[in-house]
This record gives sequence, C-alpha cells and structure tokens, in this order.
Amino acid sequence: MNLVPFSRREEHLFYLVAGFGAAIVAIGLAAALYMEHSGHVVTGMNNQIVWGMPHVFAIFLIVAASGVLNVASIGSVFGKVLYKKRAPLSGLLCIAMLAGGLAVIMLDLGRADRLIIAMTHFNPTSVFGWNVILYPGMFGIVAVYLWTLMERRMNPWTKPAGFAAFIWRLLLTTGTGSIFGFLVARQAYHAAVLAPMFIIMSFAWGLAVFMIVQRVMYAWNGLTVHQAVRNRMKNLLGVFVAAVFYFVAVYHLTNLYFAKEVAFERFILIDGGIFPVLFWGGWLFLGTILPLLLLYLPGLSSLCGSVATASGLVILGAFCQLYVFIIGGQAFPLGIFPGMETASSFFDGRIDTYSPSWPEFLLGLGGIGIAFTMTAVGVRVLSFMPEDDIAHLEAMLNITD
Amino acid sequence: MSNNDRRGFLAASAGLGLVAIAPGVHLMQVAQARPAGEPASKLQRWGMLVDTTKCASGCTACVSACATENGINEQVADPRQAAQWIRKIDIKDPKNGRQHSLPMMCQHCAEPPCVDVCPTGASMKRADGIVLVDRHICIGCRYCMMACPYKARSFVHQPLTQQNPEVPRGLGCVESCTLCVHRVDKGQKPACVEACPEGAMLFGDLEDPNSDIARRIAQTATTQVRADLKLNTGVRYQGI
Repeated sequence: MNLVPFSRREEHLFYLVAGFGAAIVAIGLAAALYMEHSGHVVTGMNNQIVWGMPHVFAIFLIVAASGVLNVASIGSVFGKVLYKKRAPLSGLLCIAMLAGGLAVIMLDLGRADRLIIAMTHFNPTSVFGWNVILYPGMFGIVAVYLWTLMERRMNPWTKPAGFAAFIWRLLLTTGTGSIFGFLVARQAYHAAVLAPMFIIMSFAWGLAVFMIVQRVMYAWNGLTVHQAVRNRMKNLLGVFVAAVFYFVAVYHLTNLYFAKEVAFERFILIDGGIFPVLFWGGWLFLGTILPLLLLYLPGLSSLCGSVATASGLVILGAFCQLYVFIIGGQAFPLGIFPGMETASSFFDGRIDTYSPSWPEFLLGLGGIGIAFTMTAVGVRVLSFMPEDDIAHLEAMLNITD
Repeated sequence: MSNNDRRGFLAASAGLGLVAIAPGVHLMQVAQARPAGEPASKLQRWGMLVDTTKCASGCTACVSACATENGINEQVADPRQAAQWIRKIDIKDPKNGRQHSLPMMCQHCAEPPCVDVCPTGASMKRADGIVLVDRHICIGCRYCMMACPYKARSFVHQPLTQQNPEVPRGLGCVESCTLCVHRVDKGQKPACVEACPEGAMLFGDLEDPNSDIARRIAQTATTQVRADLKLNTGVRYQGI
C-alpha cells in the first residue's frame, strides 16, 4: 500500500481543518442572524432565565482567555524559561478565545446592531461598562505583548508588556466575576468571593486549553511534549484544579452558613433536578476528582493521554460549573418576599425551567469556532511552536527525578 | 360717580374677574401638567401607595389597564417570554396562613440597581424619580433584569405591532413600568391607579408634604418591599 507521507498531506489537511473551523463560525453567524431576525423568541431564554447557553459559552471563553495568558505571565513576569518559550502561543490563544467569547456575547444582545452605542455610551457604575474597556484593552495589550515577544528588536520591552498584560488580565477576570458579584438581589450571586474565584477558575481552564492545544500542535509536527514540560504543567494544572475546588467549597459553605441561603443551596446541591447532577457528577467528579487522579495518581499520571484527558475533563467540568452557576442561579426563584410563599402569572415563587434551543447553542459553538480558526491559522502563518532548550529540560527532569 | 359707587364698581369687577379666572387657575393646579419642553423637577418625586387590604385576590383590573394603556398586546407562545409591566402576586405566610394580594411593578427606586448596572446608561432615573429605559440606547444585554430585585423588567422577545405611539416599545429592548410617564406629564394618573375598582392605589408626589400620599405615608405604617436593600422605593405598600 502506498501511503502519502504526512508532510505532503499536511497542507491539504490544514485547509481541511481551517475549513472546518470556518464552517463552525459560519453556522454560529447564521444562528445569530436567525436570532437577530426573529428575536429571542426562538431561544430558550425568557423573562425568568434571561441569560442562557450563549452566556455559558461566552463566559467560558472570556475567563479561559484570561487564564491561558497565565502561561506567558509565568514566563515573562516570574522569569520561568519553560513558560517563556510558550508565551507567544499563550498570547495567541488569549486573543483567539477573547474574540470568540466577545463575539458570542455581542451577537446575543437584543440589539446587536447597537454595538457602537455600547462603545460610545459609558456608564462608570456598571461592571459591564468597565468590561467594555477591559476587553478591548486586553486585545491591545496582548497584541503589543506578542509584538515584543516575536519582534527581536522589541524583545527588551517584553517584561514590562508582560507585566501590564498580567495586571490587566487580573483586572479583566475580576471584572467578569464582579458582573455576578455585584448583583445585590440574587441569592446565587452578590458574593465578593466570586472575583477571586473567577480568577482561579481562569487559571485552571486556561491551562487546560493550553495543554490540549500544545499537545495537538506537537502531534501535528510529529513531536511529543517533553517529559519535563509535561510534568511541570500537569502539576500546575492539578494545583489550579484543587484551588478551584477550594473556592467553590468556600462559596457554598458560606451560603450554607446563612439561613437565608439554605433553600438556594439545597436546590443547587440536592433537589434542583439537572443542577445537582451537573454539580456533583459533572463538575466535582468528572471535572475535579477524575482530573486530579489522572494528574497525580502514580500509574495513571504516566499513561499516554492522561494529561490531555484530564485537561479535557477540566474543560467539561468548567461548562458544567458555569451552567449550574448561571442557569441554576436564575432558575431558583427570586426572594422578593423572603419567608413568604408567592404565586403569580410571572412565575414568582416557582422554579424555572430552561431548555436551550439550537440557535443559541450553535451561536455559542460559533464562538468556539472563532477561537479554533484564529488559533489554527495563527499557528500556521506565524511561529508559535515552543522551541525548548532540550539540555535545559533534561537537566530539569534529572533534578525532578 | 361718587367714591362709594366707584369702590363698589371696582369690588364687583374684581369679584367678577376672580370668578372668571378661578376655574382656570384651579384646573391648572389640579392638572399639575408641565409645559412642553420644561424638564422634570427634582422638587417632585412621583410615587405610589398600594393598600393591600383593599386589593382583591383575582382582580386584575390594574394589569388589564396597564396592558391597554401601554399597548402590551402581543401573543407569545411561551408565557415566560411574555412582557409583564405589572402583575398580581398572591402572598401567603406559611407560618400562619395569612394571605395578601398585591400589584408588583417597577418600584421606581431612588437607588435603582438597574441604573447602576446598565452599561450604556439606557436605564435611567428621571429627576422626578421615575425610572425609565431609553429605548434608543438599550442594547438588550438584560443585565438590568439580572439586577432588579423585583423581577419588574421584561425583555421584548419578538417583533411588535400595533403599538401605542405614546409608549414606544421595541424588539430586543428591555422595558418596565414607566409609571405611565406620558400620562403623568399631562397631569393624569397612571392607568392602573385610575382603573383600580377598590381605590387601593394612591398616586402622588412624595416630596409634597401636603399631598395625599405623603400624608398617608406619614400617618400609617407602610412597607418598602426588600427594604433591607435600602433602595428607597417610590412604590410603598400598606397592610403587609
């Protein structure tokens, strides 16, 4: 049998991959156009559950975009060589995911055509308003940072640019967490812990995305990630996943301590239908315990594909967590008259149900498509492949051993 | 003409004049309409007092009047996607079985969370305390709906027809009770207040100590819903 070598098929395969990504983007845009034309009546969102599946996708992408830049920050700000080699890829992924997330959140607006109003009318008391500055600012700062990384003459500016990106990234995720943290009336939100919780979630989700992309890039080029790199990054991912667990535990335990929040916690953790299932089964077991076992358990952690599988599970857990947080938080009835039983034609006092429709799911998927396509094209046309100093890695491996 | 005759004539003329213009003056006072172009004044704060002891469970006269006045007539397949500017809530205390029924709408807070969170400033509070949405700059992000403690806001999910020209609404925008601002500016009461068969809703200027509403609030125990949030609502309730 005459097999064409991969190097000769590579170009065709790249176009196939890029075409696949573009098709996902096109589907997402078509879904957005359909929603724009018909109104949100074609979605599962309603006047009780006002933010739905597009927000789950968008917030995942935006939070992970901030976290994926952590790899670059560890390199540029904290001077770790292993991570510095990966800073350009980290920056590209940040821009790509931010673009995907923002596209989804913008196209879900009731009046997406008024984007220019969002840019020109600014309310300084609105956390959303801050984010209108923080998100485009992130694009600009990361673009400059990438420039200092990839243009030899600009290299001396890498550290200050990296530091600026690091600070901006922390602000951005604080802003995203505060979108919920500042909601005074909803039982699920209004908690200061949400800002740092979102930051630590961004670390875990971003690193998980980075490790999958890195592995695919290496495999595409017929390479494998060096053991020393793999060990370092998997250990870091484990620490981040454990830290997310800690913050989520603090958030729920605090709520459980407050008598007024016990009913809400009971709903999310025990009798809320899909939400406890996603919380315990999706986020805790699949997204936290299983990845930790895959990353740390001797025997499992050395298996081929264990780190990639753990990363994939962390991402799956992230979606479960966001679904519970965003949808579950709205499904629980708003306590307008605390301690009273209420009933109305507007579903007061009733647990709300939400069934995402295809258009909103496809819009969210389109955001992933944008991030995917930008990354695929980016790594193809520019040099984003990490170039490690093998001798240094071997030395690291010996020290670790 | 003697001095006495002259005095008598002047007095009679003045009396006649008063009689002639008094109704006009009186009507203007009652109407309290602002001339067109004059901005709302912060010397006023429009508010409402709902006497829940008079509000009958099952009566939806205020809801119907609001829908008619504001052109909320669209048919939506999923009732959870339908706009409701005012709704009746039946409340029951599970400890003692005591029940109330009351209308719930935008509470026109002095410190409205919807205004704080709106990224474009579309959610705004007029000088006279009426909280509104500027339909021209609302981008439909629904953050205000997440922030409202009273679930008082609705998002328009589908294209609208047969709108009331005085109450513009629009697909993809958020909306809520305007306190019938178009009527208030003409010196009329909100439609719900006018329609209430029991006279359970009292509308007026909270800043005017001589207004009926201010006097009632000064004399009777009234409640702000979610008073713990310290939003200083313009809508108050009596009897809960």
